[in-house]
Amino acid sequence: MTQGAAAAEPGRWTRFQSIVLVTLRILIGWHFLYEGLAKLVNPYWTSADYLAGSQWWFSGLFINIATAPTLLTLVDYINVWGLILIGLCLILGLLTRTATVAGIVLLALYYIAAPPFAGLSYAMPAEGSYLVVNKVLIELVALVALLAFPTGRILGVDRVIFQMRRTGALAQA
Amino acid sequence: MSDEGTNTQSNQPATDKAGIVGRRGFLELVVSIPVIGVFLYNFFRKKAADDMKKEAIMAELGVRESGPAYIPEAVSRPPGERIRLGIIGNGGEGEALVRHAGFAHPDWVEEQRQAAAEDPRNQALQVYLEQDDLNVELTAVCDVFDVRAERGIAASQVATRPGGRPANPPAKRFRHYHDMLTSGEVDGVIIATPDHWHSQMSIDAAAEGIHVYCEKCMTQTEEQTQAMYDAIKNSDIVFQLGHQNRQSEAHIKAREVIDANILGPITLVEGTTNRNTPWGAWVWDIHEEGNPQTIDWELFEGPALNKVPFSLERFFRWRCWFDYGTGLSGDLLSHEYDAVNQILQLGIPKSAVASGGIYYFKDGRDVPDVFQAVYEYPERELTFVYSATLANGQYRGLKFMGHDATMQVSGDLSVTADRNSSRYEEKIGSGVIDPSRPMFTYRPGFRGIDAITSATAEYFVSRGLLYTYRGGRRMSAYHLLIGEWLDVIRNGGETSCNIERGFEEAITCHMATRSYLENRKVEWDPVRRRIV
Repeated sequence: MTQGAAAAEPGRWTRFQSIVLVTLRILIGWHFLYEGLAKLVNPYWTSADYLAGSQWWFSGLFINIATAPTLLTLVDYINVWGLILIGLCLILGLLTRTATVAGIVLLALYYIAAPPFAGLSYAMPAEGSYLVVNKVLIELVALVALLAFPTGRILGVDRVIFQMRRTGALAQA
Repeated sequence: MSDEGTNTQSNQPATDKAGIVGRRGFLELVVSIPVIGVFLYNFFRKKAADDMKKEAIMAELGVRESGPAYIPEAVSRPPGERIRLGIIGNGGEGEALVRHAGFAHPDWVEEQRQAAAEDPRNQALQVYLEQDDLNVELTAVCDVFDVRAERGIAASQVATRPGGRPANPPAKRFRHYHDMLTSGEVDGVIIATPDHWHSQMSIDAAAEGIHVYCEKCMTQTEEQTQAMYDAIKNSDIVFQLGHQNRQSEAHIKAREVIDANILGPITLVEGTTNRNTPWGAWVWDIHEEGNPQTIDWELFEGPALNKVPFSLERFFRWRCWFDYGTGLSGDLLSHEYDAVNQILQLGIPKSAVASGGIYYFKDGRDVPDVFQAVYEYPERELTFVYSATLANGQYRGLKFMGHDATMQVSGDLSVTADRNSSRYEEKIGSGVIDPSRPMFTYRPGFRGIDAITSATAEYFVSRGLLYTYRGGRRMSAYHLLIGEWLDVIRNGGETSCNIERGFEEAITCHMATRSYLENRKVEWDPVRRRIV
């Protein structure tokens, strides 16, 4: 890996900084994993209602998905297993970078399907009060932060993989 | 220089020279395993608790949240012989019925194609194209308005047919329905005229041995009801009254809930109608081509109580006058009553009191736009209340109120335990049953969304009158009811809304109408079979 900004280098972080970042990663992973599993075990769950209520620029696309049964089943499947796998990876620190990017993409889709902009209102009630910024966006930016401050190699399977690769390379040399 | 190469002590990986992960590295590998462990422990604990609660409730109720155990097949066998249909009264409702039999007007097809292109939630065309082949031909059309008769003929030879089946030859137009009945060109007729014509047409059809699918309200008066009942009973024809709720999956499930006695003693049933649009209040469009030359006014009036000069309002908005219908009673109370009769098998009430008035639509109509009816069933120890306004759209639903629980029925169904229930007292106390939320819900097995495009469509959907489901597939309730009628014609059996149910429907509605018009409580004499 090439040299990054000094502050973004895990090696320069204090123990406290590392712990906070890893905790954030694990908690977001926990949330993803439970969102996925809860949907998996609920036979009635479908993204149709959420998609059908979509507003803003991409609503046409989302409504199209909601009204096409085969596509909807596929999207539901990808969503559920995406959430579960991303959650597991974030908790374990496995393929952290890929999982983080996938999580950002998923959250971005949730956000643009139903952004809390002034002038848009939704049939499905929100559990809080939001204007432009909602919890989806905050979780998304938290993942972006984890992308900027990667923690997979501080504490996670990625570190072991990295070490094995590096020592393998050393041994060959 | 690599990231890891600059690691300080705290993060320095411990590896030995052989390149094997060291003790620290191993610890760091497994440190997130406990997190997964804690997660799974909590997840399964929560799931087990939820499942146990649900199991406890379901074991207590003795009914499942899955689809109805038994859904009568609308069509028992593939439709072998072709049946020739005639439509009498090809207005809004008539055209819809003909469409659900497989003959959409080409303009409708085009409109729906555009509507679906603009908003993919519009699936009316798709549902039409996917409906089953009923193996019928629309051979005859009768309407007193030329434009509607022509539309019927256009529909009969439409090229866009369910399942891509070929177009049929055009239907023949009959000026008078009687000529159609005696023409030998129809096996069955769909009667979708204003109510004042229903009984005479059905009686005449029965006399000719022509099967009848008749729109509700079955008749306009008690006398017509008696005459029609006798005529149908003394004939061999198959009769179906057009209450689509008979094919609604949620209504069939509701009957299962009643049979399982989940609600405890039911003392009050409340059926309601709330609409708040001119269209919902029967202020329907007046066709620009409607005039004394294109409309046979004399034939339209027919057996109407009062003969008046030609009137476009009366022709196109006939539900607003007692001369042709019975207002809320025959139009919408009839639906609510038939749903309750289907679910509880109530029959005709002992007494009825009704009141109301013309409070909002002061447009010359003589039927009330706000209407309430109270029916007593002392033998069943319950009251059925119907409450309606055409000037407020607040949804109130159809509720069955028992001592132990309340059931709300619409396109779907929910049962909520009563806070003071005797039967569920223990489970409410122990927290297994929460009286603030439904303990049982049934949503037809459909993963997707319902296309609801207008306030009136929403009303019909909420009443299970537009669409229902079969095996997760959205179907038109009209289509299923027509299919059932045709199936009985071919293979025998009983229609779900036969003349007995029709008699009960008509009498019950007319009791409310009489009570309103005569401003008194009326009773049903079950021996003399008369409203007194």
